Amino acid sequence: MKTDILSFEHVTFTYNRESAPALEDVSFSVQDGEWIAIVGHNGSGKSTGAKLMSGLLFPQEGRVSVLGDELTEQNLWDKRSKMGMVFQNPDNQFVGATVQDDVAFALENNGVPHNEMVERVQGALQKVGMADYLNHEPHHLSGGQKQRVAIAGALALRPRLLILDEATSMLDPRGRAEVIQTIQELRTDSRLTVLSITHDLEEALLADRILVLNKGRKYKEGTPDEVFSAGSRLEEMGLDLPFAMRMSRLISREGIPLPGEPMSEQELIEALWKLNFSK
Amino acid sequence: MEIELQQVAYSYAKDTPFEKQALADVSLKIPSGSYTAIIGHTGSGKSTVLQHLNALLRPTAGRVVIGSQTIEAGTKAKNLREIRRKVGIVFQFPEQQLFEETVLKDIMFGPLNYGVPEDEAEQRAVRLIHQLGLPEETLLKSPFDLSGGQMRRVAIAGVLAMEPEVLVLDEPTAGLDPKGRQEIMDLFYKLHQEKGHTTVLVTHSMEDAARYADQVAVMHKGTCVLTGQTEEVFASAAQLAEFGLEQPRPVQMQHRFEAKVGKKLQGICLTEESLAEAIASALRNGGNTP
Ligand SMILES: Nc1ncnc2c1ncn2[C@@H]1O[C@H](COP(=O)(O)OP(=O)(O)OP(=O)(O)O)[C@@H](O)[C@H]1O
Ligand SMILES: Nc1ncnc2c1ncn2[C@@H]1O[C@H](COP(=O)(O)OP(=O)(O)OP(=O)(O)O)[C@@H](O)[C@H]1O
Ligand SMILES: [Mg+2]
Ligand SMILES: [Mg+2]
Repeated sequence: MKTDILSFEHVTFTYNRESAPALEDVSFSVQDGEWIAIVGHNGSGKSTGAKLMSGLLFPQEGRVSVLGDELTEQNLWDKRSKMGMVFQNPDNQFVGATVQDDVAFALENNGVPHNEMVERVQGALQKVGMADYLNHEPHHLSGGQKQRVAIAGALALRPRLLILDEATSMLDPRGRAEVIQTIQELRTDSRLTVLSITHDLEEALLADRILVLNKGRKYKEGTPDEVFSAGSRLEEMGLDLPFAMRMSRLISREGIPLPGEPMSEQELIEALWKLNFSK
Repeated sequence: MEIELQQVAYSYAKDTPFEKQALADVSLKIPSGSYTAIIGHTGSGKSTVLQHLNALLRPTAGRVVIGSQTIEAGTKAKNLREIRRKVGIVFQFPEQQLFEETVLKDIMFGPLNYGVPEDEAEQRAVRLIHQLGLPEETLLKSPFDLSGGQMRRVAIAGVLAMEPEVLVLDEPTAGLDPKGRQEIMDLFYKLHQEKGHTTVLVTHSMEDAARYADQVAVMHKGTCVLTGQTEEVFASAAQLAEFGLEQPRPVQMQHRFEAKVGKKLQGICLTEESLAEAIASALRNGGNTP
């Protein structure tokens, strides 16, 4: 049976009294082993959500539960030891003077024995291609290198729940694909739930489910097919369609009648190939 | 304004145990009025190159010619203030350039610093906040109480408020939502065309480089390994792969379409629109008989 690993029940959070809530009456849950993507326009409340999941903020109304219990000041450290988090700006997250100290930091806190720690730190940095930078200062790296180190820090924890807030926004396309591949592999080898906040709709397409936030409220939740069928409504709220859907619309507009709306490039090319024959 | 890097080398923390060479023998010419995209793998030296374009970093060897000024290793540069007014940089992390109490003060800071009258500076801030898709109330907020994408927009507004002749952009769309991304890239392009700005864009989006740039430079392990017209640079998948890069998505699809359908399309399709047109015209010009 599948169990919830994370849930929001009617969560409302307001930063200060004068402004509108950053999140308002949001409910959703994530099951053990799922990959869920959160998308939404700038300022829609995604990072606020991530901070509520990791206990950096607590809701004024509603409940946030992680790994079976409501998140409280008391159980926060225990819960966090099972969560890997990568925030939007890696600079705000670094605590170590060197890359390896930084990645080791949370492991040390969790009481991981020294030998195992060294192994895990090196393993995680290897996975993100930063093994040559063990003694560099994290703040003195390139943008993409910083993001890789922050990801390594989360992976080294071997978390049950991985929360990524635009964690790959400054990686080159290959680097991004490699990181996603690495996380997919971890999911097959171990029980890992992934919640990824992203503006990259191609990445969102890979998720089991997508949650769309709009102006602090949940707009839609469903499989990628269900969500992207909203089409132009998504564009109005600051989002876009995946590449293949955009292409098929442009081609239809050129007067080529395409049946349905292919979600992947492969389906689209398949459809064009059939059209070419049937002429 | 033209900017040229001539055999530039740069080491961070030079002459310390932490010395790290980031650039070696970089030569790159950015003609006045051009739109140059700089692409390259993580850590290849793109941001380090950019910081030479307004003399924020000074080469440890070689020289940088910025308009009529030359910045060289070992000599004391004059008129940096003038260079900084003409060359505006949007940094990779927006937090790096926000510091005032309110968004309004932050956007007005540059213009005021260069003698623009207060009311004019304020008008620019109000105009820009709208152009960057933020509500006017944002002007009264602290820049640090904003979401990541909102901060990015404010940082961009602050640089545009200076009305620089050369606009240098380091991954300006990271963190922007898809609609904002498109609108803001279009805004840069409009300014580029209307004002004859020189624009330099560092990006991981091959699609943006292909759509907007007329010249593309490829950085690899601290050197500029390739410079050319956009169509030329993106023509060879094999060559880009050597540098850890890929062709823009429409070009990739063009190849897969051609292979599957057995028809060659006209030219190289750098944008989604040109690919859609080429596919439609190939299909219209008669189907294959199996
Ligand atoms: N520290 C803060 N103090 C006050 N308001 C804040 C603070 N952080 C965020 N906000 C506001 O709360 C709302 C939600 O912000 P949040 O950072 O959650 O958005 P987001 O969906 O992550 O956006 P982005 O895609 O730009 O990162 C925004 O309107 C933002 O201005
Ligand atoms: N402040 C610094 N101190 C020491 N080394 C640095 C510093 N900043 C960058 N470097 C190093 O210089 C090299 C080039 O970095 P740069 O930031 O120019 O890369 P980049 O091409 O912009 O990468 P990215 O796409 O990841 O932003 C990298 O190896 C990086 O580790
Ligand atoms: Mg955010
Ligand atoms: Mg950079």
